Amino acid sequence: MTEVACGACGKFELEGVNLYYNGFKALEGIDLRIERCSITALIGPSGCGKSSALRCLNRMNDLIPGARVEGLVSLDGEDVYQRGYDVVELRKRVGMVFQKPNPFPKSVYENVAYGPRLFGIKDKETLDDIVESSLVSAALWDEVKGKLKSSALALSGGQQQRLCIARVLAVQPEVILLDEPCSALDPIATQRIEDLLVELKSRYTIVIVTHNMQQAARVSDYTAFFMIEQQGDPGRVIEYDTTNAIFTNPKDERTERYITGRFG
Amino acid sequence: MQGIDREWIVRKTLFVMAMMAVLGVLLIVFFVAREAMPAFTQAGPANLFSSAWDPAGGRYGMLIFITGTLTTTVGGLLLGAPLAIGSALFLTQMAPRRVRSFFTRVVELLAGVPSIVLGWLGFTVMVPWIREATGSPGTGILAASIILAIMVLPTITAISKDALEAVPRSYLDASLAMGATRWQTVRRVLIPSAKPGLLVAVILGMGRAIGETMAVALVIGPATAYPTSLTSPTHTLTTKILMEMGESTGVQRSALFAMGLVLLLLSMALIVLVRAVTRERREAA
Repeated sequence: MTEVACGACGKFELEGVNLYYNGFKALEGIDLRIERCSITALIGPSGCGKSSALRCLNRMNDLIPGARVEGLVSLDGEDVYQRGYDVVELRKRVGMVFQKPNPFPKSVYENVAYGPRLFGIKDKETLDDIVESSLVSAALWDEVKGKLKSSALALSGGQQQRLCIARVLAVQPEVILLDEPCSALDPIATQRIEDLLVELKSRYTIVIVTHNMQQAARVSDYTAFFMIEQQGDPGRVIEYDTTNAIFTNPKDERTERYITGRFG
Repeated sequence: MQGIDREWIVRKTLFVMAMMAVLGVLLIVFFVAREAMPAFTQAGPANLFSSAWDPAGGRYGMLIFITGTLTTTVGGLLLGAPLAIGSALFLTQMAPRRVRSFFTRVVELLAGVPSIVLGWLGFTVMVPWIREATGSPGTGILAASIILAIMVLPTITAISKDALEAVPRSYLDASLAMGATRWQTVRRVLIPSAKPGLLVAVILGMGRAIGETMAVALVIGPATAYPTSLTSPTHTLTTKILMEMGESTGVQRSALFAMGLVLLLLSMALIVLVRAVTRERREAA
């Protein structure tokens, strides 16, 4: 695996990560290196823990009562679970896009301006600039520039999801996490999001959870295959490699069975 | 054949039962309006909507009482609504599950306290405190507002709680994942999203406060005069009706019904307001 040189993107490393929900062990021994300025896909059958793994990265699991993480998750060499670590700062650096588009019930403009306002930007012109450039980056500007003041809920599902990406871009994160961002979208909207991701990876480290193997093959540079052996077992990473290697020459038989569609 | 008959009977019975409620409302409005009629024809609206209440002298003005009702209601809401919405926020956002269910039960119990008990406690315990603290008689707008605040607390808390719980988790997640703190998320996403529901909660609390009689009657004064301070005795529409209904006849009695009519219309206006707010919410969604 070669690492692409890049300045501002963040790099994640996971070593021996276990995740518990109360007594239940959801993930075990996760080792991953998320390379900067690339797209890493987390794939695997339902319930294999790939979304949980994603949520370890920005500590969204903290919000679930009883969730506990063991092992090391580091962003640019810094343990994000260490005592006193600033979660707010982490989530500012590591943006997240959810499975179901979830714009706020506010105007298009206010959705994108939400983050910048949160971090104290009040100047109208600065906000205008951020909103425009974020929407341009999210390939949504041309469609919404005439209706910035209208409700975000009036947009189509695909537009809403790109708005959510714009909302994340507006706070200039280093990493973007996407949790099955296209599962609620039609193929054309999906295509647009995929094109967008490929475009964004020169500037951001992207981690995407997807059910859709073709999607992983199309957009990602690296792929991690998650699986649980049987009901009740924790999820593990079965194989992690370049996407090319995973899809053309999987080393593990279970990976091969999954990507050739024989289960899952 | 028998099945069809039974169906028919059930349907008609339920229809009649439903009509009872409609009929009840219509009859109430009809009779109150009919009883209030002499006051309008004999005393006239100008007399009724003046400040002078002196039945012996033929003056039936109710402005003092309308003022009393509005000020105590607003006072009760100013004290009670922030407290209630604060509790609802605590319950939905912070409280651990066990605390939440305990607290919810307590709030339900509070809703069940009879108003006479609250009023009596207000009169025997709270009014003396206010008297000592302010050097005034102790009864009046402040005392009534505090009692009303306690009475609207369960209503507003319960409905606000529902409104806050109805805000999709995904909105909050989106905000938190952006790096917002819990408090920022509450202030910038949760409360704005729940606003129509919170408004409904306050309006329903207002409905409770505006019609409350017993508890207010014990701590309001009483005095047929405009309040000069928060602790000077006065009257509300309900307390004036309560005090005078037993010994009134003729136009005076009719004037009391006119006051009842005003109260009825105020309450109905509130319900219309609730409908308007909830409709707006449905259209926005």
